[in-house]
Amino acid sequence: MQNDNLTSASERGPSDPRVRRPLPSWVSTTALLMPTYGWLTLAVFLPLLTMLVFSFMAATPMGKAPIVFTLKQYRAFIDQPYLIGIAFTSLLIGFWTTFACAVLGFLAAVALARSTFGKTRELLLILILLPFWTNGLVRIFSWTMVLRENGFLDTIFHMVLPDAGSIGFLYTRYAVVVGLVHGYLPYMILTCYIALVTIDDAIIEAAASLGARWWTILFKILVPMAAPGLISGAVLTFIPVIGSFMEPRILGGRVGVTMGTVIEDQFTQAFNWPLGASLSFTLLAVVLAIFGTFSGVLRRGTAA
Amino acid sequence: MRSLGRFYLIAVLVFLYTPILVMMAMGFNASPLYELPFSFSTRWYEALWNNSILLTAGMNSIIIAVITAVLATTLGTMASVALSRSTFRGKSFLQIMLLPPIAIPWLITGTAMLIFFYWTGIGRGMHAIIIGHVALAIPYVVLVVGTGFRTIRADLEEAAMSLGSTPIHAFFSVTLPLLYPSILGAALFAFAVSLDQFVISYFLATPGFTTLPVQIYSSIRKGFTPEINAISTVLLLGSMTVILIFARFAKPGDTRDKR
Repeated sequence: MQNDNLTSASERGPSDPRVRRPLPSWVSTTALLMPTYGWLTLAVFLPLLTMLVFSFMAATPMGKAPIVFTLKQYRAFIDQPYLIGIAFTSLLIGFWTTFACAVLGFLAAVALARSTFGKTRELLLILILLPFWTNGLVRIFSWTMVLRENGFLDTIFHMVLPDAGSIGFLYTRYAVVVGLVHGYLPYMILTCYIALVTIDDAIIEAAASLGARWWTILFKILVPMAAPGLISGAVLTFIPVIGSFMEPRILGGRVGVTMGTVIEDQFTQAFNWPLGASLSFTLLAVVLAIFGTFSGVLRRGTAA
Repeated sequence: MRSLGRFYLIAVLVFLYTPILVMMAMGFNASPLYELPFSFSTRWYEALWNNSILLTAGMNSIIIAVITAVLATTLGTMASVALSRSTFRGKSFLQIMLLPPIAIPWLITGTAMLIFFYWTGIGRGMHAIIIGHVALAIPYVVLVVGTGFRTIRADLEEAAMSLGSTPIHAFFSVTLPLLYPSILGAALFAFAVSLDQFVISYFLATPGFTTLPVQIYSSIRKGFTPEINAISTVLLLGSMTVILIFARFAKPGDTRDKR
């Protein structure tokens, strides 16, 4: 439709008086923005609003049963105390994953920024980021083959110590954390790296020539100056991790029960959508609180 | 210090690539239980070739990714034009409204879509998955095309208009050709986002219509077979190729003026 208008407009050329008087700019701006924001409203905003309404229902609306509104879904943590333990597990997994990503990723970013140059650095950066763009499910599935008993890890271990037992730790919380760290590490390396390359080499050279040891340089210069990168990396790791459900299920097995898997169960097994909705909104509140706390840092991080 | 840094980077790469390489290797291992020692076989690729469920799901994924790329790129580019070229009240609010699809955990977005689509009668299935994937891909397209806009000088368009071109004609004959690399990059990005998307598809798939990641997930939960390795390897190489093409077209550090 729009195309027809265009060709005719250019055929008429600039001499046509109708073209000389262009539409007010707000009309074209609205026309350009409407499809995108309409789509997002239909696919994201209205669903979130509907879920908010559902979270106050007593039961999943079925057939002609009257809809009863209640606050009981938000009392779930009081009525079902085992949920507190599960929430604690989720937070713990989120914390350890974020912590491991921050330490490993920051050091990798330092190594990348300070021990590599030119083409080597470009190549290493691409190699680090490439796994990030592969299917997350496939990566998690790969870990089961490495971590299981008599898996790849055991095979390597038995080459060194043939008589030792198995060190495979599939179906533990450690396995879940390893899988999640693997998934989000490239992200942390990237955000830290972007923050680190902006640091002027002269500052570090000056510190070194004045006798600063490497740990002084690390903790007094590199960490504080790269803090925005570290914080945005941490936020962007923690948020998807506490919502994860496929990773704990595949790598955690029986012990992999997190808020994510409980919410998934409400929608796919228990068919208790209102409870699933209220738990989702509790999780969303945590996410928004984190975003609110660090929004200043995140904004500076994206502007840089 | 310098060699220590390089050694550490190699260790990180080993950590990142070990599971991926093990998975590829196991697809060529004859044992159905992933037992070692390794004995080379292509039987799982032959089994995959005859596995119509996995292949249909793979085809569905590709079709959805293409449709998503076309729709998200069209809509996202239009929005990006408005957001990059005009100033109006509420613009920063609109830019913030692009974040929820990326920033809210997909588990929450996916279940919310499930409730809404079920409740309104839109239902689940292919159309629902496309609605969801396009919404996820749009913000990325707006960001990538918006970055492209920043490298193009606005005065080129103004020059064209001062020489008698209409705004629309100036846009299509001057700005758009300069934007093509960004738009193509955004389309590949949207394609990759859709191809790898699991959570949203998982909640919106029906027993009769699934995508490859959803099918892989249910296969993993039913019990592993190396056919999953075979198709995962194919999928992995596919998305890596798309991303490498993307990296060629949209160099992240490239901020030179385009003329």
